[in-house]
Amino acid sequence: MISPGFGLIVFFIILPFLSAIILSFTNQRLISPNPTEYVGLANYKQLLSVGVLTLDPKRNSNGAVVRDKNGALKYPRLRNFTRNNPQYPHIKGMRELFSWNVGDNQRTYILARDVVFIKAVINTLLFVLIVAPGQGGLALCLALLINQKLRGINIYRAIYFMPVVVSIVVVSLLWRFIYDYESGLLNNLLSSLTFGAFESVNWIGDTDFALGSIIVMSIWQAVGFHMVIWLSGLQTIPPSLYEAARIEGASKWQTFRYVTWPGLRNTAVLVFVVITMQAFALFTQIDVMTNGGPLDSTQSIVFQAVERGYGKQDISGGSAISVLLFVMVLCISLLQRWLTQGRS
Amino acid sequence: MSRIKIFSLVNVLMLSLFFTKAASCQTELTMWWHAAGEPAQMALVQELVDEFNASQSEWKVVTTAFPQIAYNDAVVAAGLAGTLPDIIDIDGPILPNWAWAGYIQPLDIDESLIANYLPGPKGVWDGKLYGIGMWDAAIALVTRQSYLEELELRTPTLEEPWDAKEFQQALDAAKNSGKFDYALDLGMAWTGEWYPYAFSPFLQSFGGDIVNRSNYQTAEGALNGEEALAFGEWWQNLFTGGYAQAMQDSADRDIGFTTGKYAFTWNGNWAALGILEAYDDTIFLPAPDLGYGSKIGAASWQLSISSTSKHPDGANAFINFALQPHNLARFSEGTGLIPATAVAAELTNNYRAGGSMEVFFELSDSQGMLRPVTPGYPVMAKVFEKALADIANGADVADTLDAAVDEINANIQQNKGYGHK
Repeated sequence: MISPGFGLIVFFIILPFLSAIILSFTNQRLISPNPTEYVGLANYKQLLSVGVLTLDPKRNSNGAVVRDKNGALKYPRLRNFTRNNPQYPHIKGMRELFSWNVGDNQRTYILARDVVFIKAVINTLLFVLIVAPGQGGLALCLALLINQKLRGINIYRAIYFMPVVVSIVVVSLLWRFIYDYESGLLNNLLSSLTFGAFESVNWIGDTDFALGSIIVMSIWQAVGFHMVIWLSGLQTIPPSLYEAARIEGASKWQTFRYVTWPGLRNTAVLVFVVITMQAFALFTQIDVMTNGGPLDSTQSIVFQAVERGYGKQDISGGSAISVLLFVMVLCISLLQRWLTQGRS
Repeated sequence: MSRIKIFSLVNVLMLSLFFTKAASCQTELTMWWHAAGEPAQMALVQELVDEFNASQSEWKVVTTAFPQIAYNDAVVAAGLAGTLPDIIDIDGPILPNWAWAGYIQPLDIDESLIANYLPGPKGVWDGKLYGIGMWDAAIALVTRQSYLEELELRTPTLEEPWDAKEFQQALDAAKNSGKFDYALDLGMAWTGEWYPYAFSPFLQSFGGDIVNRSNYQTAEGALNGEEALAFGEWWQNLFTGGYAQAMQDSADRDIGFTTGKYAFTWNGNWAALGILEAYDDTIFLPAPDLGYGSKIGAASWQLSISSTSKHPDGANAFINFALQPHNLARFSEGTGLIPATAVAAELTNNYRAGGSMEVFFELSDSQGMLRPVTPGYPVMAKVFEKALADIANGADVADTLDAAVDEINANIQQNKGYGHK
């Protein structure tokens, strides 16, 4: 007894999911006359390999360390070790992820075979860590604000919800104009508010600001959706509890802490799980606004999966990224579930 | 009443029978085209198709247009599903990729039609002609005669283009004049294929390349050798030196030069008509010679036949029809693109001897350089684009080019050398 609905789920969700797992162990290309071959864990090794290298600073003929103009120590170039150097086969083709100084002048380098992917993972985790509490919290504030019996409150509800119904592609294009360096709305606004004292910032073209700009825009875009979920949660709390709290003389904070928040428990679990999953799927904003740049500061996991699987015709590499993403989201969801169930 | 009804019904049936019969005399050929949303080009395509359909009774071409941005995706998806049309148009540099993947078949073209062709519009893979273009595109360094005079610069010619030093002097003069926001508009807003098309010729003029073209098996030395490193430093200096923007918004690209924001713009001949309208002293300069001669990119969209076509004879008949000089000339007149032969060029207003864009025909003929002719090109293009964007944004030149080389080489190995012999 397989209903048509189940058939569709098998066809469009379960089969693609299984094929992603299988393809990630092969060298499948998007289009190629070469036969597909089993390659074991090669795709995963390519993505996840890291290495460590510790270097001594450069010394001149007298044995003294060489310093540059600013007094910083000079080190030999990494490419002397990672390229065409048979003494260091384990770090062949790797690139620097980050480095720091240890003890007397030595410098330790963390190397990765696929720096872009590791950066994508770090960026995505950072995005999730900021967006999940930021968006959830802001949505709750908005929900509390509009959960009042005021005339015209529906207008505010509609306004807050509006960005949700606009396609994310359109929103991303609009924000690209807002963030524009030379003629963007944001820079012009800040400049006129400060009477010209504000120096224009290249919001999505500067490595220091790009990811932050995308985070702010993403929070704004979907906050209305979660506001509505919070609102539905708020309206399930019986008014009698609030009346009782008022009679007992509870302050506003006490009412929130001991009446509202416990009443929102299940809603909170839902909202945070949904935001976390959506945040891990970060793609459209990147694709429309930055293409992962500048200097990989906005690479994301899903963007890399699409870029490789489709743009670079490497289906197996894209599949491996998808499987890793699935494992990460699964772990975090299980953790969230364990945390929220453990206390009840 | 009912009799009239029956009568009219029979009438309709007979009429429809007649029409289907008339239509079935001609075998239908399907064709996909990349230019939906470009009415000028689509009207020309339709005109060509109509004339072909009327010129003979065996074949009837039916066109489906796609917007360019979704076109390659549609073809790849159709190729995977085995539902390609008979005739497809292909962007020149990815033709070897599709030929290698078995999507398209070699053409059967009358040799006399393509005897004196520009090198760019011929799509060759593995010694066989798989695609043929009706036009080519070319890039020039566009500026105004009045700017050159004001900045006291020599007017470069095809025989004597600016060398690296003169080009640098020109940029410095424009920058120091204080008249312009930036000296040079490179078109950084046009991401994607524009990067390898417009910027890899600079690399080649420095003596490097995206891949070693002797056998297309490695990029080592070509993309990270001394010449390529010199190119990378030069490229980075364009941005760190304040001559050009690493990040440009598309409005600046479209109207920046015609509103006086830039002294020079590195742009294609498709934009030439608009610029000529804005400034009547517009001049088109050849690419600077950065050491190994002036180079510009060649190859534009080309016609080809899918390997699953049941009627390659009909498709070839259509392509042979399309390549007649007056058809090439008509496309050039309508779109501003360069006609693929000198004979056709003489039939146009812009490209005949003395025409306002004659220089582009010569540029295309003498400096046009194909992007790497290999099935691995789509990946190389992506890697090259990212490397150039990163260097423009301040990444270390040697490390970035090394990483690009590694990625290209790994890809070539994964694809078992892409079938080069």
